[in-house]
Formats: sequence, structure tokens, C-alpha cells
Amino acid sequence: MKIAVCVKQVPDTWAEKKLRSDDSRLDREAADGVLNELDEYAVEQALQITEAVGGEVVIVTMGPERAGETLRKAISMGADAGIHLVDDNLAGSDAIATSAVLAKALEGRGFDLILFGSESTDARMSVIPAMIAERLDLPQVTFAQKVDVSGTTLTAERVTDYGYDVLTTELPAVVSVVEKINEPRYPSFKGIMAAKKKPVEILTVSDLGLETSVVGAAAAWSAVADFAARPPKAAGVVVTDEGDGGTKIAEYLTSQKFI
Amino acid sequence: MSDVIVLAEHFDSEVKKVTLELVTAARSLGTPVVLWLGAGCTDSVVETLGSFGASQVLVADSDAVRNHPVAPGAEIVADLIGSMSPAAVLVASSADGKEIAARAAIKSGSGIITDAVEIATDGTVTQSVFGGSTIVHSKVTHGTPIITVRPNAIPANQEPTTATKTDIAPAVSEAAQKVTITNRAVVEKGARPELAEAEIVVSGGRGVGGAEGFGVIEQLADSLNGAVGASRAATDAGWYPHQFQVGQTGKTVSPQLYIANGISGAIQHRAGMQTSKVVVVVNKDPEAPIFELADYGVVGDLFSVVPQLTQEISSRK
Repeated sequence: MKIAVCVKQVPDTWAEKKLRSDDSRLDREAADGVLNELDEYAVEQALQITEAVGGEVVIVTMGPERAGETLRKAISMGADAGIHLVDDNLAGSDAIATSAVLAKALEGRGFDLILFGSESTDARMSVIPAMIAERLDLPQVTFAQKVDVSGTTLTAERVTDYGYDVLTTELPAVVSVVEKINEPRYPSFKGIMAAKKKPVEILTVSDLGLETSVVGAAAAWSAVADFAARPPKAAGVVVTDEGDGGTKIAEYLTSQKFI
Repeated sequence: MSDVIVLAEHFDSEVKKVTLELVTAARSLGTPVVLWLGAGCTDSVVETLGSFGASQVLVADSDAVRNHPVAPGAEIVADLIGSMSPAAVLVASSADGKEIAARAAIKSGSGIITDAVEIATDGTVTQSVFGGSTIVHSKVTHGTPIITVRPNAIPANQEPTTATKTDIAPAVSEAAQKVTITNRAVVEKGARPELAEAEIVVSGGRGVGGAEGFGVIEQLADSLNGAVGASRAATDAGWYPHQFQVGQTGKTVSPQLYIANGISGAIQHRAGMQTSKVVVVVNKDPEAPIFELADYGVVGDLFSVVPQLTQEISSRK
């Protein structure tokens, strides 16, 4: 079983995020770059599958030079190799272009499974897995809370508003997983040391056989006109409970016509 | 006026509230044409959609649509973009909605913007990002604008017209039928409204202390006909099911009233509820950052404040 796991470096989940005033892009320097935590579940799932049936896990990321640290972090959980798509021309790419680049990097490598986390904690679009399935003409099994692979058949539970759907398909397939699927392992000291020596392929846009004109901000199919910080909320009323806290809230809710 | 395609969000013949919000938003861009995928489009559904201004309801129902997720819907949307040249396509920001939008964007060579909270008549989309701390205006600049809209963001209002219903019997390719739905598990959701669509959300966090503590949270929610939410601390601890998690890694809610109980208000949680209209906070710790968002806050033990509040609400009804 050959599995690719696509991961993204994002600003620390616990940090405040801001856009840059000059180009309306996320200020990635303002916070520590970390492995998108929802991607950890995808890495864990890949490792569990290869531990059960054998095979290889390759971590794939697109991002600037420093995203290489995130790639190594993901590898240190126990993966075998990495692919880092890095090129200044990629800066400002929208989801459409990002999916084109990732699809090019993934195709023709014989992956049986292409795994993703269900969303990145910065852009939160949740569209890349579907776009990759579309571009590579592969079955799409997303928002999975359970994944079983038996031979070449994949069965999964896709989370829905009403519960879940049980889906089945044949490999190769694109899969995204939600956080309740497993408990990601921490990289072991041995894993961290080993990750430094694992092969990482570094590819540019032209290495992939793509024109630089189809990526980056200039090629994006949507554009930010302007942005602003939300005006701070007017300070509310805070009281200390003296045995009548519940009654006071009820009075407030009545004044606001909720009761 | 050009057509605006609205992809209906529904569960069998139950029309989700967000569908009516989408139809309302579509009216400012053109003539709303609703696309209904799968079964359930009864005459009363068509009437409801018409009362919010839908001129037509196109029904795409076949075994191929019912039995295979996302890909058939994306094909149908892309085909309609080709044949109708709509001014825009509006879709709910649900899992299916976003993915159908994503694939249709690739197929039709169109730009996509997700999680709109407002759409201006010129197609400028407002997004509320980073947990509501930043407001962004953007526009699709290529192809047909495909926009996914967050539930509960654009109020639905009626503008009665008579909608016609047309069966479009779509052709769905073999390629779009590679994944099969073999079972649909409907988890009993009880009488409470759905979290993402609820007008009132009552949430509990670490301060609730355990699964049994959520009893008081549920009672308060029920007294207000609200939904129950939970912080990540509570869902990670297994006190409340994951699907009720509000926050960066859970659901984003934007209700009229949000009551946070025993929740400290880390960015992780604020990201999921910051755009709520009115926020009420109950927390023992006066330093908890959640108080910064409070319109009304009480520093106190939720196990005395919340039951008292529930009782007050019941007696005032």
C-alpha cells in the first residue's frame, strides 16, 4: 500500500491571525508555523493502515522554505519520505491553483490512497480533497470518521449533519478524515532522529511541468478587494453572582426579548 | 435578469433554513432558480421555495444522484452553468455544498469563494475570517462566481412568487459513480434544533466538569428551544459528542444568542462563535477571556446560576 498524506503548515492554532496590509495575505511570519493539527489525524491513519497491511507513507506539502520543518515534523511521526513543493511563484495561489499543483505532484506515482485532514485551520475552505479527486478522476471519500481498507476495497463512514453515510469504493482513492477518527501519536525521539535522514524530494513549478503563469496571486480566480479588523465589541455588563445570577441573566434576556 | 442557481440543502423533503437564506440572497443578484438533488421535492416544497422568490425548481433525481455522493451533483451544477450561463451559483457551506462547489468550479473554470456572510448586488462577497476578527471583501474574477454561504448569516425573507417545477433527468457519467452510499445512518437528534442553524446555542466547557454536568446545559437549552454546543475541552474529554463541538476545529455558529457556560474562551473556541449577535457568559473565573465577548456576564458557579436561570425562564413563559 502506497499512501500520500498531504499536509499544510499553518499559523499556530492558538495564535491570533492577521492579514498583511500590502497584499491582503495571511501574515505567516507573525506566528509560529505548525503542522495543521487536523492533518495529524491523516498521518496517523496512514501509519495505522501501513502498519496493518504494509507499505509506504509519503508526506506531501506545498509551501515556502520553512514549511520544510512541518514536513519533517509529519515524517517524524513515522512516515518514510517527503515531497516539498516550494517555489516563490506559488505565493498567493488560490485553492484552484493549489489543487492543480498538488494533483500534478501526486499523479503517476502509484499512490493507492491520498489522505488529507478535513480542513486547514487557517483558510478553512475544506475544498482541496474534492478538487484533487476531480482533477485526478479518483473516487472521493471525505470527512471520514472511520476508514477500513480490505484488499482494494475501501469502506468509510462519512460524517453528515444527520449522522453518517457508509461509503464504499475501489482504490486508488482520495480520502479526508475528521478528528474523531483516531488519536495521533507523538513523534518518538527515534522518529525525530530518523526523520532527519528520510529522503525529501524538492520540486518547483517547472519541475512539475506546469507554467508559472497558472499559479500564484496573479493567476487566482478570486481576489480580495479590501479587509478590516472587526470593530471591537462594546464592553458588556459583568456582575458577580450573589445568589441571584440566574435571575439577573433572565432579566437581561427579557430586556433583549429572548424570553 | 440572469438566473442565479441555488443548490437546495435538504434532508428528504425537509428544506433546510439555509436554502431559504440562499434564495433570499440570490434575489439581489438575479432570478433564483433552485436545483434540487435527489428525492423529496414535493409540491409543498416547491410552494415554500416559491414563497421566498424562486422562479423555478429544477429536480435532478435518479439512482445515480441518490446513491453516489458529491460527484454527480458537481457534474449537474457544471452542466447547468454551461447551459444557463447563470450570474452566480449559491451553495450552502456544508460538507456536501462546499465539495460540490469545489468540483463544479474546476469543471467549469470558475472561481470559488467559501463561507460568505453577505453578498452585495455587484457580487462582492463579505467573509468573516479568523474567528470573526477580520472582515474581508472579495470577488470571483474568473468564470461564473461560485459562492458558498454560511448558514444563519443572511436572514431569509419572503417575496412570494409561483415556482415552476421541472424534472431535468440529468445524465451522470460512470466516473461520477465510483463511490457508493451503502447505508445512511440517521443518528437520533431529538427535538433540539441543528447546531449550525439554531437561533439560540447554549454551550458548556471545562467548567461543566463531566458528562453528567451537561444535564443542566441541556435543560437550559431546552427551556429556550436552543441547541447544545460544547468546547473542545469538553468533547476531547468525552463529556459530550464531537459533532457538537463549537470552535476552530468544530462547528462555526452565528446564533442570535450564545450562552457560554464554564468556557474560558481560548481563540480555539472564540473562532467558532465570535460572530454570535448576543453573548452571555457564566464562568467562575473573572479573568476568563470569554468575558471580553460578553454582552452580559456573571462571575459565579454555573451549577447554581444555570439551574436558577432555567427555572426563571420557565416561570416567565
